[in-house]
Amino acid sequence: MTEERWRLSQAYRIPLEGVEKLDLRRYAGRMFLLGATHVGRIAYMVFEIFRGLGEWRIWLPRTWEQAYQVGVGSLFIVFLTAGFAGGVTSLQAGYQFTGTIPVYFAAGVITQSLILELGPVLTGLILAGRVGARYAAELGTMRVTEQIDALESLGRSTVSHLIIPRVLAGTLMLPVLVIFADAIGILSGWMAARHTLDISNYDFVYGARYFFRPYDLWYSMVKALFFGVAVTLVPCYMGMNTGKGAEGVGKATTAAVVSSSVLILAIDAILSELLL
Amino acid sequence: MIRLVDVHKRFGENVVLDGVDFDVQRGETVSLLGPSGVGKSVLLKHINGLIHPDWGEVFVDGQQVPLLPRKELQQLRTKIGYVFQFGALFDSMSVFDNIKLGITDPECAGDDHYCRMRVQECIDLVNLSPMTAGKYPADLSGGMKKRVGIARAIAGKPTYLLYDEPTSGLDPVNADIIDALIQKLQGELGVTSVVVSHDVRGSFRVGNRIALLTDGKIRKVGTADELRDSEDQAVRQFLERDFGSAVVG
Ligand SMILES: Nc1ncnc2c1ncn2[C@@H]1O[C@H](COP(=O)(O)OP(=O)(O)OP(=O)(O)O)[C@@H](O)[C@H]1O
Ligand SMILES: [Mg+2]
Repeated sequence: MTEERWRLSQAYRIPLEGVEKLDLRRYAGRMFLLGATHVGRIAYMVFEIFRGLGEWRIWLPRTWEQAYQVGVGSLFIVFLTAGFAGGVTSLQAGYQFTGTIPVYFAAGVITQSLILELGPVLTGLILAGRVGARYAAELGTMRVTEQIDALESLGRSTVSHLIIPRVLAGTLMLPVLVIFADAIGILSGWMAARHTLDISNYDFVYGARYFFRPYDLWYSMVKALFFGVAVTLVPCYMGMNTGKGAEGVGKATTAAVVSSSVLILAIDAILSELLL
Repeated sequence: MIRLVDVHKRFGENVVLDGVDFDVQRGETVSLLGPSGVGKSVLLKHINGLIHPDWGEVFVDGQQVPLLPRKELQQLRTKIGYVFQFGALFDSMSVFDNIKLGITDPECAGDDHYCRMRVQECIDLVNLSPMTAGKYPADLSGGMKKRVGIARAIAGKPTYLLYDEPTSGLDPVNADIIDALIQKLQGELGVTSVVVSHDVRGSFRVGNRIALLTDGKIRKVGTADELRDSEDQAVRQFLERDFGSAVVG
């Protein structure tokens, strides 16, 4: 094979080896290209997902299974996290709300911080660990044991068998879990506030309603929806592109959890800027 | 008909296929021999498009496999059964569901009665006990997994079958049963097959022709007799080592 053909065939690869000395510009350039490659390939995966939606006979039953595992399976840990988050927010509000500030303000702060921020973000981060890691490890193992090749060799679409059910399940279940998280968080915040702030039930409800706008709930749900995509799409991508062996699966899992967590924080910042 | 023309493939610096020309006629079984790590599995994966060549052409049924659009490729793959070297069973599914997934025709796959009959039939063909159907891959021995893999590959009644070492790790009795199955599928259903193997004896039995892959190229193709009579040093060496002097000499 001539060198020319060889270069052509390899043209799409990004060279990562052969860095003799650390040159920051080259390093930054490489990282940028690598990042752009990932973004491009994830975008292509999204495109494939939309194309695969027609095969609902295949993905629908599998989505149910996954949704059950994600939803019911995560309930306990989500309750626990939201409960603590609500309680702690309340305790800290009690610490800060001294003096002349009307006490019902605290109720507004507690409910708003749970609905707008803590409910969705904490649930998202928990699911990045619980669901994201699981998806990356599952798909990564299937990749290294040739199960994904086997599925393709049977003329099946890996997207409609493996990716769509997972992404859809996460995306649908996260808003549901966030509703639970918001509710539990507010309840435990309320309970805690009665002790720390000596706030009456009437004042708490008054404060919560005074600051509440229905739009806030929508905002919470929109956030949850985006987080749901982040904690499923990225891990699925990482799992599908796992490297060799057990080490590859380990790396893919770590990368999945880290990048989907970071993505959640980034989306959080962007949505706060755009929607509030 | 399967045809590979001047196929090149390398992974990084590792040149695996370096100009492979290979063809299998309709209804023919070709055994592919070669030392471990030479690229037999890689060659086989080119045929159903799991690996794309860096250079060269791969034809199946007159279609260029690497250039096929997604739908056409899926369509073609339903006609090509692939037996993976290490089974590659779906480990979250029972043996029954694994084999059932091999039934690629959507109408047949939707018919529960047909599926149950067909799965049972395939389990019988590879000489597994009917009890195996309810088990999970993790509960099976290596040889059993291999046979489930074969059952899954044949369940969809493909017109092409690519076997990656179907008999390695099997006892002589079961190896003979699989060899007989390969011959039976060819004889009764006219399946076109490629059988990768280390087992020279078995390859000579099932293959109409035998091909030897060394150093990234097909070193020799021919009938069993032609290979035995070959003067080529590499061929003789390979056969002698695996076959013993009784047959070669
Ligand atoms: N996905 C891959 N990435 C990198 N290298 C690979 C890949 N698949 C195969 N190789 C390399 O290609 C070469 C041929 O591998 P292959 O599995 O085809 O050998 P084989 O002839 O099937 O051997 P065996 O008889 O032991 O199964 C090996 O050197 C292997 O390291
Ligand atoms: Mg092999």
